[in-house]
Amino acid sequence: MTKIHVTTSINGDETEFLCEPHDTLLEVLRNELNLTGTKEGCGSGDCGACSITLDGRLVCSCLVLGVEAEGAEVGTIEGVGGADKLHVIQEKFLEHAALQCGICTPGLIVSTQALLAENPNPTEKEARYYLAGNLCRCTGYDKIIRAVMDSAEMMRGEA
Amino acid sequence: MSEAKEYKFIGQRTIRPDGYEKVTGKANYAADLSLPGMIWGKILRSPHAHAKIIKLDTSKAEALKGVMAVATFADLPSVSNEAIESGEGATDSLDLGRNILARDKVLYHGHAIAAIGAKTEAIAEQALALIEVEYEVLTPVMDVRDAMKADAPLLHDDLFTQGYPEQPEKPSNIAARHEFKMGDVEAGFAEADVIVEREYYTPTVHQGYIEPHACTVNYNKDGQSMIWCSTQGHFDVRASTAKLLAMPLGKLKVIASEIGGGFGGKTTVYLEPVALILSRKSGRPVKMEMGRDEVFRASGPGSAARLTVKVGAKKDGTITAMKSTMAFEAGAFKGSPVMMGCMTSFTPYNCPNVYCEGFDVVVNKPKVAAYRAPGAPQAEYGAEMAVSELADKLGIDQIEIRLQNAAKEGTQTIYGPKLKSVGLIECLEAAKNSPHYKSDLNEGEGRGLASGFWFNVGGQSSVTINMNPDGTGTIVEGSPDIGGSRASMQMMASEELGIPLNDLKPVIGDTESVPYSQSTGGSRTTFATGMAVIEAAQDVVRQLKERAASLWNVTPDQVEWSDGCAINTAGEGKMTCAEICKKNDKTGGQITGTGNVNARGAAPSFAVHICDTKVDKETGKVDVVRYTAIQDAGKAIHPGYVEGQYQGGAVQGIGWALNEEYIYSKDGVMENAGFLDYRIPLASDLPMIDTIIVEVPNAFHPYGVRGVGESGIIPPLAAVGYSVGRAIGANVTDLPCSPPRVLKLIQNNS
Repeated sequence: MTKIHVTTSINGDETEFLCEPHDTLLEVLRNELNLTGTKEGCGSGDCGACSITLDGRLVCSCLVLGVEAEGAEVGTIEGVGGADKLHVIQEKFLEHAALQCGICTPGLIVSTQALLAENPNPTEKEARYYLAGNLCRCTGYDKIIRAVMDSAEMMRGEA
Repeated sequence: MSEAKEYKFIGQRTIRPDGYEKVTGKANYAADLSLPGMIWGKILRSPHAHAKIIKLDTSKAEALKGVMAVATFADLPSVSNEAIESGEGATDSLDLGRNILARDKVLYHGHAIAAIGAKTEAIAEQALALIEVEYEVLTPVMDVRDAMKADAPLLHDDLFTQGYPEQPEKPSNIAARHEFKMGDVEAGFAEADVIVEREYYTPTVHQGYIEPHACTVNYNKDGQSMIWCSTQGHFDVRASTAKLLAMPLGKLKVIASEIGGGFGGKTTVYLEPVALILSRKSGRPVKMEMGRDEVFRASGPGSAARLTVKVGAKKDGTITAMKSTMAFEAGAFKGSPVMMGCMTSFTPYNCPNVYCEGFDVVVNKPKVAAYRAPGAPQAEYGAEMAVSELADKLGIDQIEIRLQNAAKEGTQTIYGPKLKSVGLIECLEAAKNSPHYKSDLNEGEGRGLASGFWFNVGGQSSVTINMNPDGTGTIVEGSPDIGGSRASMQMMASEELGIPLNDLKPVIGDTESVPYSQSTGGSRTTFATGMAVIEAAQDVVRQLKERAASLWNVTPDQVEWSDGCAINTAGEGKMTCAEICKKNDKTGGQITGTGNVNARGAAPSFAVHICDTKVDKETGKVDVVRYTAIQDAGKAIHPGYVEGQYQGGAVQGIGWALNEEYIYSKDGVMENAGFLDYRIPLASDLPMIDTIIVEVPNAFHPYGVRGVGESGIIPPLAAVGYSVGRAIGANVTDLPCSPPRVLKLIQNNS
């Protein structure tokens, strides 16, 4: 099988890779590009651990082919926050103890960032429904929702 | 003791030391390690729930270009029925070997048969399709009622029921019978004015950790080898793998990666020994990852259970007798937690006449693994449902009947000892005074309340604290951190040393870098490993005082340690930890404190949960509208992560009560092996989970700690189940209260 050459942008860096036509973007990120912050929990789009943004849209990277990244802007957990500073959402997750094992955390942070970009002032219910595609088995979501609501408030400049 | 003590760090909501890496995606989990030259391993799994393997031919697969190794049961050298210590008890190593690679029979759909190591995942998958297996398909046995029948098809023709005075003449699917009793249960029922007797069922459920099992291993030609994997106990992975592969422990290094959830399910091995065989045969590092489908079909589950529960009380609410007969599914090999079900079932009650009988039954499902308070949620579900119904029949409040009969210090348990100081009454009082319990229900809602008891364990933990020349230190522990325990280790060490939290970094050492520690299970880590941390920190303080004394030319007893500094009580002088450490080369060299404990005195943590549900009468869908979890922590080291344990346990229990179950076809094939159809709770399913931390100190821990990890999953089954029954005016007996089942109850009722 001939590999396909893909040129894309990942977290603002122009990136090239070769992949098989059937490789998912998740496989490419993890196995080719060593961006292992994006996690695999199911491989079928049910758990959200592999959440990334593709041209600003929140997607499960296990449901996107590597070749679909051609010419696109890909955003992963590695691109959240600055070189010397955490993003507010990351800080709030830590402050609220909104993670236990942490495997769902990168996906949840990427999803929260997408939520707040779309809706800077979500109700608790809106946050819960937006994040319904991100499974967490440890926390029962209570502290995650608190972290999300607090992040929203901070980002609106109200706190 | 701890009530009088003023703490500087204990009880604060600190930022966890491993947090930065976890929120930035830098933390490395099981599937995140790749090595140069690494190949991929994949497993061939049984398409049948129960069959004999007539022929297994891997030659065509081996011939495929890119295939570098094949593993089958024949590669496990001389495994025997010898017991090996693992996670939460001992495992039979032959069973373990036959579970990770089938011998002569496949015993569940998804049972591993052979493994391929190949240059790419795609080649490995292609090769699996070339393995030729001939089966003689047998009738699967999928429920304890069928499995216990005299003429049931047998999973094992050499399984004879243990627990009777004499071994039965014929083999059966009943691996063991357990009996616990005290007082005279029949006389107790004769005294009762009201009796409730019912049958209950809880389904097969999965721990549902989001991180699938995975490992990367390397076997060197000199026999030195390495396993990187996600586990609750890397020393157990070492013990099991070394036993199965007949290797000396000293040649096997196991590194615990960050662990993406376990809940008991990562206390055993599935892939690791298989990967090591592939690595030995290929001379290459090998990586294996389970897909979610494999996780459901071949790892985990928690036992399904059938219970017959009978409880009786006098008109005034005094419970006079309690009896439960329970049959737990063990899956394909013996070893369900039914004995712990018997031991925990009625422990929240101070009742003189109790009888529990338990059967460990093999069925054609994956071999069960520990799941958070193993055995207790199932057994206590039946007990709490029956007590709830008893209270309603007597017209007594749910909390009052539990208070009236509550276990307390001195209560005789069915399993032997009398309870020491426990906090059940305090939890019930806190529930009674909670805003939730005082609130009124809305139209169409029901409320349930239940207690939960779990023993908690102690055991062996080892810790070293290595002090650096600048006064910072590294806490090296051997307990994989599944929910934030490094935060509590850091806090406890800082409390003892009096130096800032961030001056101390806790790390989980591999099996070569830290002395033996038992696995993270039984709610033991903050308790027992915490005790080892405290001991190691005190050892550091002792040495710091000695070093300061030698610098001051006084005796160590003339030095006091206060707030991170040595104080010279014989003259003038104060030295910080950093100042002493800086001069360590002049005072005797490296300062290292050690703590080795085999902790006794683990104290039970009781929990009480209150649940309000609302039922859609047209669809049978249940919504949890309000939930409160109350639990005794003894002393909460980090209240945020203690609450997190309560909330996480509560929500796993809510999932168990409302949605989660393995659904099987008549051929014994699991039909919902994915998160879409095996539906664990989502953010949108739930309200906030209110918590109340009760603190009744454990006298056997320096700060009063009780383990908190497990009890929280016990009460939800009955708290949710009973609330649903009240909301629809019917008796709920079988879980989960999924829409079809609830709808049927509504329809039968009308």
